Amino acid sequence: MAQAMIDLAHLAKKFGDQTVLKDINLTVNAGEIVGLIGPSGAGKSTVIKVALGMEVANGGSAKVFDTVMPDRKLLGRIGYMAQTDALYDDLSGEENLKFFGVMKGIAKASMAAEIAHAAGVVDLTADLKKRVAGYSGGMKRRLSLAIALLGNPELLILDEPTVGIDPALRRQIWAELGKIRDAGRAILITTHVMDEAELTDRVALLLGGKVMAFDKPAALKQQYGADTIEDVFLKAEGVE
Amino acid sequence: MRTIAIMNRVLKELIRDKRTLALMFVAPILIMLLMSVIFNTNSTTDVNVGTVAVTRKLNQEMGDIKHVDVKTYDTKADAKQALQDEKIDAIIKKTGNNYELTYANTDSSKTAAVKMSFKNAVTATSIDQLKSALKKSTTGMAKLQAQLMVMQKQQAASTTAATGNAAAAKQAAATKAKSTTTATKSTSQKTPKITNHYVYGDKNTGYFAKMLPILMGFFVFFFVFLISGMALLKERTTGTLDRLLATPVKRSSIVFGYMLSYGILAVIQTVLIVLITVWLLGMEVVGNMVSVVVINLILALVALAFGILLSTFANSEFQMMQFIPLVVIPQIFFSGIIPLDSMADWVKGISYIIPLKYSGDAVSDIIMRGTSIFNEGWNILVLLVFLVVLTFLNIIGMKRYRKV
Repeated sequence: MAQAMIDLAHLAKKFGDQTVLKDINLTVNAGEIVGLIGPSGAGKSTVIKVALGMEVANGGSAKVFDTVMPDRKLLGRIGYMAQTDALYDDLSGEENLKFFGVMKGIAKASMAAEIAHAAGVVDLTADLKKRVAGYSGGMKRRLSLAIALLGNPELLILDEPTVGIDPALRRQIWAELGKIRDAGRAILITTHVMDEAELTDRVALLLGGKVMAFDKPAALKQQYGADTIEDVFLKAEGVE
Repeated sequence: MRTIAIMNRVLKELIRDKRTLALMFVAPILIMLLMSVIFNTNSTTDVNVGTVAVTRKLNQEMGDIKHVDVKTYDTKADAKQALQDEKIDAIIKKTGNNYELTYANTDSSKTAAVKMSFKNAVTATSIDQLKSALKKSTTGMAKLQAQLMVMQKQQAASTTAATGNAAAAKQAAATKAKSTTTATKSTSQKTPKITNHYVYGDKNTGYFAKMLPILMGFFVFFFVFLISGMALLKERTTGTLDRLLATPVKRSSIVFGYMLSYGILAVIQTVLIVLITVWLLGMEVVGNMVSVVVINLILALVALAFGILLSTFANSEFQMMQFIPLVVIPQIFFSGIIPLDSMADWVKGISYIIPLKYSGDAVSDIIMRGTSIFNEGWNILVLLVFLVVLTFLNIIGMKRYRKV
């Protein structure tokens, strides 16, 4: 069995009186892409926040790289991309990459190569010198993804990475994610696009603060007697 | 390393935001220029006084006073009409031996000016009476002195004749000289000459001079507070703060990075404001200008820490603006621009928690009295305590966004 990069066991999280997560069991192993799907407000972002150590679980345990989160030092080994673009508009694309590169602790010597590689993956090499304020929505999204890819992190946590990205580039990005997986690294990805969920190795269906189902896409389809993950999703919601 | 990178980034963003930069540097200069013009031209008040049945002497005395114009009226009704028509600011009416004064009182400074000039005029008239009396006695005294001198001469002549000593002659000459000086002294006593000495500034030093050192601090505080608060708020709302905290960066590095960048900005701002006030507004700095910059720098860091702390309680730029009337404006009232001595004790107590008061006190001392920065230990210490406590709260407060 592959090494578990993320291991969430019986995770519960409350904000005040509101229970967002009840009982989350989720593992992400090295060399696999795990998709996290669920309706808005199901708690996808909260799962990510707990995995990153920004929030502390009220119950259960959250471990990343076999270490109980939160742990600041581990964050250097995780590439994170949030739902919002989270970029500095007054800086150029390159300056954004460089700044976050320094924050991640990438050595000065390898910085230029890292930036060139990350920008190449998202096809932004030609626009690196431009200010982010002049970027289109898709370009911002790609830059945001490039920042997450910086420094070859062992674990990528991507929150809706392909929103606003055109189909050709989306295919390119998924090809890159596939390469990352094949290199033995792990990816946790949330998405609304159901055909993207088909591309993952395992899908976790999050509903009402619980993981309703967690299996390979094909197994899920069989279990729910559906042709697509989209139908699985709709059926699961109907059950609830 | 990360702290420096954050500092560089914040500075880069600020430099590219030309409007905000202009606000920080041009706005204070503009406001100070305006204030200096407004406060300095308003320092003299011209008043028109109407008099009824007042002696010619008093009228003349009042008229001789600068900025006072006297008009005489035959009846009080005429004068009242003039007062109604805003032609005059006050009426002085003499009934018997008493004076009756009526003020328009629409401008308290004019009322005060009339009161003052009337008092002076009355004193001047009574002094004149005394003077004429004194003149008589002085002429009497002069006669006596003349007689005395004749007597002294006779005596001197007799002594010189008796001994033939040169020393005695000398003594006589000295006595003579003494008596002449006495004579001149008595004449000079008639019109006392008043020479004014100003420890700080000159006769043109107005209220604005007292305000300047405090205003300088206020601008530094206001702009650093607002811009840094907005900057961190923007980091939070755009999600860059979350992304930043998803890297291994220490919470303290973020706070210190902001401090360094805004510290540099505050130094430039203070230097600029000091130079403008010295060269353009002609402010006299008795003490060390470097000390002024140092204290404003500490104040700027306090403002920065305060701005960052309060920005965590705001959800939008507009909510950040709402702190201005609550946090920034009250600071002016307690900063020392309005003398604190005249306030009630409990109000005075509030001033002890106002950072601007301490920097204002220190900078005023340095600029106006030339106090050394090393004698401002108490003010600096309090400012540093503010700074340390607020910085600590900020580093702790960032736990809201990341638990480690």
